[in-house]
Amino acid sequence: MAAVSLRKVEKTYPNGFKAVHGVDLDVRDGEFMVFVGPSGCAKSTLLRMVAGLESISGGELHIGGRTVNDLPPKARGIAMVFQNYALYPHMTVYDNLAFGLKLAKTPKAELDQRVRHAATLLEMEHLLARYPKQLSGGQAQRVAVGRAIVKKPDVFLFDEPLSNLDAKLRAAMRVRLTELHRALREAGQPATTIYVTHDQTEAMTMGERICVLKAGVIQQVDTPTALYDRPANAFVASFIGSPEMNIVKAELRDGSLVLGGVSLPLPAARFGPVPQGPVQFGLRPEHISLQPRAGSIAVQATLKFCEHMGAEVFTYFDVGGVPFSARIPAEEGTALTTLPRGSALTFHFQMNQAHLFADDDVGLSFLA
Amino acid sequence: MSAAAEMNERAVGDDGRTPWLRYLMLAATAIVMLYPLLWLIGASFKSNSEIFTSAGFWPSKFSFDAYAKGWKTSTEYTFATYFLNSFLITIPRIIVTVISCVLVAYAFARFEFWGKKILFSIMVGTMMLPLIVLRLPQYLVFRELGWLDSYLPLIVPSAFATDTFFVFMLVQFLRGIPRDMEEAALIDGCNALQLLWHIIVPLLKPAIISVIVFQFIWTMNDFMGPLIYLSSVENYPVSLALKMSIGATEEVEWANVIAISVVALIPSVAVFFAAQKHFIEGATSSGVKG
Repeated sequence: MAAVSLRKVEKTYPNGFKAVHGVDLDVRDGEFMVFVGPSGCAKSTLLRMVAGLESISGGELHIGGRTVNDLPPKARGIAMVFQNYALYPHMTVYDNLAFGLKLAKTPKAELDQRVRHAATLLEMEHLLARYPKQLSGGQAQRVAVGRAIVKKPDVFLFDEPLSNLDAKLRAAMRVRLTELHRALREAGQPATTIYVTHDQTEAMTMGERICVLKAGVIQQVDTPTALYDRPANAFVASFIGSPEMNIVKAELRDGSLVLGGVSLPLPAARFGPVPQGPVQFGLRPEHISLQPRAGSIAVQATLKFCEHMGAEVFTYFDVGGVPFSARIPAEEGTALTTLPRGSALTFHFQMNQAHLFADDDVGLSFLA
Repeated sequence: MSAAAEMNERAVGDDGRTPWLRYLMLAATAIVMLYPLLWLIGASFKSNSEIFTSAGFWPSKFSFDAYAKGWKTSTEYTFATYFLNSFLITIPRIIVTVISCVLVAYAFARFEFWGKKILFSIMVGTMMLPLIVLRLPQYLVFRELGWLDSYLPLIVPSAFATDTFFVFMLVQFLRGIPRDMEEAALIDGCNALQLLWHIIVPLLKPAIISVIVFQFIWTMNDFMGPLIYLSSVENYPVSLALKMSIGATEEVEWANVIAISVVALIPSVAVFFAAQKHFIEGATSSGVKG
């Protein structure tokens, strides 16, 4: 087992495009780290650089204390699970699992024992004699994970391993992978894991820490709850959480926020020094309610439409022409679905949960 | 039954008109195409005089004389020798072709190296070159090497991936195979050659079989190469020996020539049908699921 650290790691392609801009990151020994970000944020590139499938243009990469920049993938002590599984089509599942061990000239008895152990762990003993084309998507996915496990690597790398599965299977595999990581830790062989996904739900549920990336730059690295509660900038705030945080342009005047003709007083203790003038105001949909709560402020609004999700109702409304969305529990919200468009309503904004971001491209948070 | 239901009953592509008319037309076309071959087989059982007197392909009486006489030939060797010679050229040539072409295609499809683009376009360019312009310089080279009247001039050039059509075909096939499996194998610990042997070659199998079939048929049928480089009769392959039996005597025993032509067809046809399944099978069986 090993820690992974990236020091000012850069990637520049031959055509001059710079994909990764000086990334500094420490993945602790045995930690489950998730790289998350929108398409094209270089999260997969970064993972492939750790794997050794992409060259590193600048900076240093250490795995378990060794500098591995110039080592081939097989010398880095890693195993990788690919998005489309990349099973060898001409080999049985057993041979797929055993291939890496055979190349490493593992004694036959040990090889067999390790393959069967991994198969038991993933409940696929009955699949060992099959060929990849005889497997379902979920089974192929398990084989791909098994192929990584048998190698007993220092670091597991996952490249969007669940994105080819249907929603139900994805949720099941998510739990399974998390349990597997936990089981390995309890068995005394904690597996350092780097997991790439574009799905914030996967990131939130699986990661012990999450690294949010945008255009090859790290935006924030922290635990899921910290990312959710204290996003470092407007991008992280909007990316983490579903439905998205409301982020709207507003103006700060004498400790109050002015937007859409409404003035909202800010709890001063929550924020550091904020300059007067334009800011971005952020409030998560669950911090807007129909009933007053502690520290909430009543706001007059116009209803646009509702989405009934079962347990809750996503409600979309305007405050003086500025759009907002709210998550209302179904017992209160169901009544809203019958109201006509344009009905006047009163919502309560929990200003002690509000976020303020600078009104520029970076949008740094002003939380104290 | 409603008209709509009736439409559903029909198979795709069935326009509802009588199918026998189409089958009749297809069969007629097939017979026109196949007739020369059928005639050849029929004529091989005829006597020399009957070949020129009757138009039908069905012989008046079946006689295997032509096969027996043709097989013996007018030389001191039988066709057994000539077939053996053909295989002595064809089989080594196929082996060196497959090895060299796969190596070169692997390099072009998977590695970045200086001048790759230019080298690849030169290679493709040589496909446009009429082979005949190379005959004379090649002949002079092989004469200097002292390889005349041996099989080396027919085999050795193929060991350097000079059959550019095959290289091109393999490169195109490889480009269509996703790299994930190779990356997985790299992480599993393969070096470049292990990758080739354990992963690429199995994936390339359908394309390699095509190379084998084409090279087999082309080399078996090659006439010009052996004609130029082989001078002693004992080294002749089937193609040359057939030609020789036409010109050897004043009066050509056409029945014998025809009988041996039929025999000469058998290896190519057999190889083609044996490999047919693998032409159709192919990249579809890859392990990548979308």
